[in-house]
Amino acid sequence: MAADPGARILREGRIVIVGASLAGLRAAETLRAEGFAGELTLIGDEPYEPYDRPPLSKSVLLGMASPIHTELPHRREIAARWRLGVPAAGLDLAAGRVRLADGDEVEYDRLLIATGVRARPWPNEEEARLDGVCVLRTRDDAADLYRRLKAGPGRVFVIGGGFAGSEIASACRGMGLPVTVAERAGAPLVGALGGVVAAVAADLQLENGVDLRTHVTVTGLEGDAAGRVRAVHLSDESTVEADVVVVSLGSLRNTEWLTGSGLGAGPRGIACDAGCRAFDVRGIVTDDVFVAGDVARSPHPLFGYQFLSLEHWGNAVAQAETAAHNMVCASADRRPHLWMPAFWSSMFGVSIKSVGVPPMGDQVMVTQGSLAERRFVAVYGHQGRIVAAVSFDNTRWLEFYARQIERGAPFPVEFPTMDRRPEGRRPVPAAFPDPSLPTHGATVTLTGYSPADRQLVFHPARP
Amino acid sequence: MRLVVDLNKCQGYAQCAFLAPDVFAMHGEESLVYDPHPEEQQRERVARAVAACPVQAITADGLRGAPGSAPRSALGVPDGR
Repeated sequence: MAADPGARILREGRIVIVGASLAGLRAAETLRAEGFAGELTLIGDEPYEPYDRPPLSKSVLLGMASPIHTELPHRREIAARWRLGVPAAGLDLAAGRVRLADGDEVEYDRLLIATGVRARPWPNEEEARLDGVCVLRTRDDAADLYRRLKAGPGRVFVIGGGFAGSEIASACRGMGLPVTVAERAGAPLVGALGGVVAAVAADLQLENGVDLRTHVTVTGLEGDAAGRVRAVHLSDESTVEADVVVVSLGSLRNTEWLTGSGLGAGPRGIACDAGCRAFDVRGIVTDDVFVAGDVARSPHPLFGYQFLSLEHWGNAVAQAETAAHNMVCASADRRPHLWMPAFWSSMFGVSIKSVGVPPMGDQVMVTQGSLAERRFVAVYGHQGRIVAAVSFDNTRWLEFYARQIERGAPFPVEFPTMDRRPEGRRPVPAAFPDPSLPTHGATVTLTGYSPADRQLVFHPARP
Repeated sequence: MRLVVDLNKCQGYAQCAFLAPDVFAMHGEESLVYDPHPEEQQRERVARAVAACPVQAITADGLRGAPGSAPRSALGVPDGR
């Protein structure tokens, strides 16, 4: 019997990780923890060692952390060759080779792709170049935005009421800055949480002094003679003067460098199987290319094996660990990635957390607390099962609901709960917007049932 | 030193904010904000916060040898979930 290639890889293989952020780092650590003794190369487009991104829109904007000091602690020594500040530019699957933007090439026996996402830029390039038009994804973005906010602008305008946009608005109010949020849908966070819960997020913004404009799109950004942004034009024909405009329209997956490689990569991410192995364009799984983090879309057994794209911190960690394990183990020892989707946000002093896949829910019931008090758990149901739960300042119960989702507990919720109010006795429609016109608020994207599914087409708004 | 908090695990018990108030702070009832890059003189306090976290959500590097150094699980070794 031939030896499993896993043993040779473990001893003397060459592993390349493209993407040097959270998923890339945790994968590298796991490889070494599994006993990988070969050559390890990490490639990252930013010139910085792996840093944490969630603080950039929270602690950093609150002035509690420096934007240039959120580097991630290492769990162990990884003894890697770092290629930072140079993006990967191409992949030759047949030769097992990654091409870098500087022309260099790196050969691999196993490849992990963890290139993540980037901020969706403002589509009008000329307007996007105006001084004062910002995005927030990288530490350079955060340093720039923080400097502009500290300078005391007359008004900040946030385009997009997703989690990032809402967190930025919260930070602005914390600094006492006037801020306007424009959201295409009827409320902030509606793409991620549905209309019932999003209405609470809208109240939270209004009560904290945010000038919230819903059912509007931004039609143009106007600059002054010096090339600084000065006003924002809206689809309701109103104009808002602002010195800082933050474009918070979600993210784009970093897959362009794989175009023509033969890998199943596109705007929805890179399709992989439950073991994190990438599919090629024919829908056949590869043996040596793995995917983890925000750029992956993988089938989840808890949610009907639908392919999910998760822009979640915890998913990046868990998927990187599973991918790394599977890259170097014997094929019989591979593990599936069965992570329960979970994320957190924090805005206006309220902790918002989620487990499961809220956008899959068509009904919602508030099983604990009350929407009016902004302290509650809302449970989402689909086809008679619990598929998600969202809490506002009620984190301690979520673990329980995660277990209910895992066991496919029935919906409407039958078990008695602490602090159940009359409003929580009956499910109501969860009121998600039409998924074919996704808002940027969703952090889980349901991307269909096949590696090549193209049933959803995203049309960005054209100003 | 560097630290990161797994805020999926964090339930806002605020033990860390009590033990290392210059590093961790509550923002509202349950939201934790923290400095991922505290100064060296905070090392001992951070080590206590890491050890005291009821849900073991804090990962910090360079704590080895510090008084009150965290158990292995608090150093971010996966707990099998």
